[in-house]
Amino acid sequence: MAYALQQLINGLTLGMIYGLIAIGYTMVYGIIGMINFAHGDVFMIGAFVGIIVLTALSTVTSVPVALAAAFVISAFICAVYGFSIERVAYRPLRGSFRLAPLISAIGMSIVLENYVQVSQGALERAIPNLLPGGIVLLKQGDFVVQLTWMQLAIIIVTLVLLAAFTYLVTKTPLGRAMRAVEQDAKMAALLGVNTNRTISLTFVIGSALAAFAGVMFLLYYGVIDFYIGFNAGIKAFTAAVLGGIGSLPGAVLGGLLIGLIEAFWSGYATVAYKDAAVYSILAIVLMFMPSGLLGRHEIEKV
Amino acid sequence: MTILSVSNLTMRFGGLTAVNNVSFAAERGHITAVIGPNGAGKTTLFNCITGFYKPTEGSIAMSPSLGKIVRLEKLAGHQVASKGKVARTFQNIRLFGGMTALENLLIAQHNKLQSATGFGVLGVLGLGGYRKAEKQAIELAKHWLDQTGLMARADDPAGALPYGDQRRLEIARAMCTEPALLCLDEPAAGLNPRESAGLNQLLLKIRDEGCSLLLIEHDMGVVMKISDHIIVLDHGKKIADGSPTEIRNDPAVIAAYLGEGDEDDPDAPVAESVA
Repeated sequence: MAYALQQLINGLTLGMIYGLIAIGYTMVYGIIGMINFAHGDVFMIGAFVGIIVLTALSTVTSVPVALAAAFVISAFICAVYGFSIERVAYRPLRGSFRLAPLISAIGMSIVLENYVQVSQGALERAIPNLLPGGIVLLKQGDFVVQLTWMQLAIIIVTLVLLAAFTYLVTKTPLGRAMRAVEQDAKMAALLGVNTNRTISLTFVIGSALAAFAGVMFLLYYGVIDFYIGFNAGIKAFTAAVLGGIGSLPGAVLGGLLIGLIEAFWSGYATVAYKDAAVYSILAIVLMFMPSGLLGRHEIEKV
Repeated sequence: MTILSVSNLTMRFGGLTAVNNVSFAAERGHITAVIGPNGAGKTTLFNCITGFYKPTEGSIAMSPSLGKIVRLEKLAGHQVASKGKVARTFQNIRLFGGMTALENLLIAQHNKLQSATGFGVLGVLGLGGYRKAEKQAIELAKHWLDQTGLMARADDPAGALPYGDQRRLEIARAMCTEPALLCLDEPAAGLNPRESAGLNQLLLKIRDEGCSLLLIEHDMGVVMKISDHIIVLDHGKKIADGSPTEIRNDPAVIAAYLGEGDEDDPDAPVAESVA
């Protein structure tokens, strides 16, 4: 019981990070119908900017200030990356055949990975735990169920981001424009919506969320290298597909489910096969619900 | 006074000339109809005017307000609505089906709202006159919901509305961009006679509020009753241009609809409703 509770906490924390990255995949898919495979690497760059800022500031200021600076600077830099990636690699290919931007995205992903490998080194980089300690929730014999401050912080930051993001999409003119472009870009343009700018902003917002996820990943695990974007990216992409690609609540739900499956599988079965468990469940869900858990069925009236 | 002046417009798709050297003018405050048999190039003409296609040759001069001229063929897609003040509806309905009727009308006012929010940044914070702009946008949306009789369905997803309501909502959405010229592509298609009569009233009301109209229509009941001016296209060329009475008696138009020298075609649309 206590063990299960601990796995639940671990799984939720991990799932929140996946969910944040998955939003970027699902948003871009929704608005221009392509899978942005470079998104995982934007997440990785977010983590690296985080470690650079934290290392630089840790001796100068207090921990909370350094953390806040790491989040803000990382979000800003990743937003610039997201904007540029769309401009350089995707916009010129819009309107060409469907696979062209996909290949371009894979290329972009390789470029970013190698760029970081060259500029930051191929070795793992580590930081100490900046928020040690936590709340003891339950004691059962020798086993202690603990919610660490770090986990609590990750959960709270994610919930705040999700709330802000939901407000942005459902209530503001920008969010309305994003939904309109998603449904019919040409019609939205006819009504005066600047579709190019809306698509750029989608990349900017998705990348900023990925930056937050990157910094939180760094803080949670304490170790990063240039390759983390690949694994986390594939997991988050899986989360987006599991939840129903194109659906924002689906991305978060998918992220949480994958986090939980990983945590429970690692806790009760073998850590080595946790990825196999995740993808098996994805395959089973897609067999019965081809458009994912919350995916929309395109109903065509004839 | 001319609001829209099309000169020598030609549109080619590969070897096919869909619109061939067409020139006409639409008057401010008038309802101008474009008619013609299927495949005459009416929708292509519309697509050129509304920025969907870039014409191969020719120019389209729009006068959004008195004394101002904008060349529509030189504008980017999203500027036709904002700078040219031209709005349109489609033959097949293109509402944002997943958004509510009200949201569809607010999207049409995106430019105004977007600039009031400082590109979304202030909007998130609820600053910068955003609330006031949003309130005005909702007022305008309500006005057109009221005019089209859709007030009760404001919060329903547009895709769930009945066909006739969707048609009217498209017109309401186009009007929310506050156009000087509204282009309607077969607004009466698929409407029953009662809905069609309601549409006539709505179009006349729009004209009386100061918006000029340009419409493509097959339903001669609508065209002959409300148009001030009619342009007839056939095989991409303009074959007639004049008042409803002139068009009704124009031998070239009758020939185009009936087919020249073809005496036994009693079901041709114009012959039926014009006679």
